[in-house]
Amino acid sequence: MPPDIEAVAEQVFTALADPTRRAILAALASGGPATATDLAGRLPITRQAIAKHLALLAEAGLVTAEPGERRRVRYRLRSAPMQVAQQFLAALARDWDGALGALRDHLDRGAG
Amino acid sequence: MGFPDRIERTVELAHPPEKVWAALTTAEGLGTWFGTAGAQIDLRPGGSAWMRWDEEGFTADMRVERVEEPAVFGYTWHIYGLPEEDPRRTYVEFTLEPSGAGTRLTVVESGFAQLPGDVHRKAFDGNTEGWAKELGELADYLDAA
Repeated sequence: MPPDIEAVAEQVFTALADPTRRAILAALASGGPATATDLAGRLPITRQAIAKHLALLAEAGLVTAEPGERRRVRYRLRSAPMQVAQQFLAALARDWDGALGALRDHLDRGAG
Repeated sequence: MGFPDRIERTVELAHPPEKVWAALTTAEGLGTWFGTAGAQIDLRPGGSAWMRWDEEGFTADMRVERVEEPAVFGYTWHIYGLPEEDPRRTYVEFTLEPSGAGTRLTVVESGFAQLPGDVHRKAFDGNTEGWAKELGELADYLDAA
């Protein structure tokens, strides 16, 4: 197992645990890359608070900063860490207990 | 370790390995207890298989990896929730051992925590640019028309 995979997942879950960061990530996911000012116009959060959270999200690799219009920095959602978190969720969501229970029922009904 | 790479379960079934094997490796079996809306399977290493669930409108595509009747059946499939083009797959292996008049069935699914460096990089690059690239191609297509 690569040593960083759990750290990557942890950063995603830490980011998602905060409602402001969830709102920022959701806005970037639904609306595409945006500047801190764009986000401040769309979310009930001050631009300062958004900038602080964006810096944290960029540090964690969940968004990337890129040059935007009028020398404003735009932020773009980075999906790869989310996919690492999804792997973790996939393991938790895999319902082998349910499937094996269904197998047992299937065999006991004499259909197997 | 907080990130599970493998899931393992063992169940005792009151039916001989041959019957359990049939339930695991035939379209009739897989499409009944596992999938809910049918299945198809080409039972040989490298063969393809699928199962369908109606309620979710979901189809799982599998690739058969190990066939040792009636003891070991293994396949790989896509990690649920990841994009279709993601190459990572988990490996599922069923092991059947006679146990009295029945069968001890063990299932191991592994590979949830895989993250090879190149795949990592590809996932990053591929998906950060995915939509921008698709939309760029759409624009090119429309411009050319």
